[in-house]
Amino acid sequence: MLSQETVIKTHNLTKTFGDFIAVNAITFEVKAGEIFGFLGANGAGKTTAMRILCGLLSPTSGEASVAGYDVYKENESIKKHIGYMSQKFSLFENLTVKENIEFFGGIYGLSRKEIKEKGNDLIHRLGMEKEAEKLVGSLPLGWKQKISFSTAILHQPKIVFLDEPTGGVDPITRRQFWDMIYEATDSGITVFVTTHYMDEAEYCNRVSIMVDGTISALDTPNNLKHQFETDSMEGVFLKLARQAKRGE
Amino acid sequence: MAEVIIQNITKTYEKGTVKALDNVSFSVKSGELFGLIGADGAGKSTLFRILTTLLIADSGTATVAGFDVVKEFNEIRKIVGYMPGKFSLYQDLSIEENLNFFATVFGTTVEENYELIREIYVQIEPFKKRLAGQLSGGMKQKLALCCALIHEPKVLFLDEPTTGVDPVSRKEFWEMLERLKERGITIIVSTPYMDEAKLCDRIALIQNSKILDIDTLEGILSKNKQNLFAVSSDKMYQLLKDLRAYPDTISCFAFGQKHHLQLKTNENSLNNLMPYLEQKGHSNIAIKAVSPDIEDTFIKLMQDA
Repeated sequence: MLSQETVIKTHNLTKTFGDFIAVNAITFEVKAGEIFGFLGANGAGKTTAMRILCGLLSPTSGEASVAGYDVYKENESIKKHIGYMSQKFSLFENLTVKENIEFFGGIYGLSRKEIKEKGNDLIHRLGMEKEAEKLVGSLPLGWKQKISFSTAILHQPKIVFLDEPTGGVDPITRRQFWDMIYEATDSGITVFVTTHYMDEAEYCNRVSIMVDGTISALDTPNNLKHQFETDSMEGVFLKLARQAKRGE
Repeated sequence: MAEVIIQNITKTYEKGTVKALDNVSFSVKSGELFGLIGADGAGKSTLFRILTTLLIADSGTATVAGFDVVKEFNEIRKIVGYMPGKFSLYQDLSIEENLNFFATVFGTTVEENYELIREIYVQIEPFKKRLAGQLSGGMKQKLALCCALIHEPKVLFLDEPTTGVDPVSRKEFWEMLERLKERGITIIVSTPYMDEAKLCDRIALIQNSKILDIDTLEGILSKNKQNLFAVSSDKMYQLLKDLRAYPDTISCFAFGQKHHLQLKTNENSLNNLMPYLEQKGHSNIAIKAVSPDIEDTFIKLMQDA
């Protein structure tokens, strides 16, 4: 449900590494309950921006707050009030499904009682009663993705960051994953997502596209297509990313 | 002539409990750009390792350029180029050193085959003194391709070269492959991106250790006789749920701006749809018959399997 509450707010947010400007004065807001697509070519600065917003990296200049907390002074509080999932790392392969849920529940500060209740509920909802005691490493990727997303929102964070959550999964699992994203936003969680699948950009309420460290475009998918006179988000992306000057 | 022949290959892991490849057979013609398309865990990398002689199948046979993958593995290693899914070059050697190393191992020099890699190499040459471990994803990918090409292989195996790569760089990568193909190199490339199917001469769709279909893209699509419609309204998520609840729906999935709805073929399945959606409170409803694309077809084959 879209509301007027702002969950992410940045103003001229900048990060430099030596003389390289990875993120160059980006300004944007994300509203509560929104699915916000964060797109850009490899090397455009997405990962750096996302690491700042997750409280993992301090910016060079500019302002930003996430879930009401300041990225400079309150980055530890940010970490407690967000969820994070990436395709590269999200679960421990040599722990069982249940152990992973317990571990991440603990990390996110849930009590033993809450972990037990929410964990059982989660396993039931995913229909994984039989797999609960199995090592995560032995499960198909699609299942891992589902468990991983569910554990990332186990503590009902205000916002969840998803870094290429659907890379390499089959077309059915990819769509089931988006069903889960919609369900999460229905329950009030804001979703901040990166993807290289342009059809998925269509599922976002709003999409930003980064080129060379700046946000080159930010609007609803329909408005972007209109603005760039093309009929698909792929068209929008190609038009913008081709303007990139810097290499990776 | 067939450059790669795979016959009834089966491979299991974990003492036979995990099936990676289940009785897989197909062949790839000389000079073909062949795509192996499927999700992570489908069995693509296992097949590549068997064909590049790094892994032995439980049963079945395979030949590459006429050589048997088990008995004549030494011959195969001389004539294939292999780019694994995981970056496998020496991280503590520079770009230049990696390339020289691979050239030397294959008894050649960078100069001798420079023409083959020139177009790709010039893009990373300004950084040739940089350690491979410090390169960006796109540059690593280009270096790995150069190293796989430096001995002028007859057959090139590329395992998910475009995974995690943005749409612009993916396009560029496929343009490079197209030009390598023109030089007569047989290329087998695996990918989880279904839209890359249209760039291959022929494709094999693979899921859960089994081949779902092998043909040209047109051939695969023409076999799919789904009764398919693209549907949209002002409330797309609600629409997805309502379409799935419609009595004549076989399946419904989100496809970017539209939902793709497969309907039963009875007479009223389409006629009743508009009134049903209006009654559910949708506005700006658009319903249009569409031909299935590769993702529709892959989903259908997965469900039939």
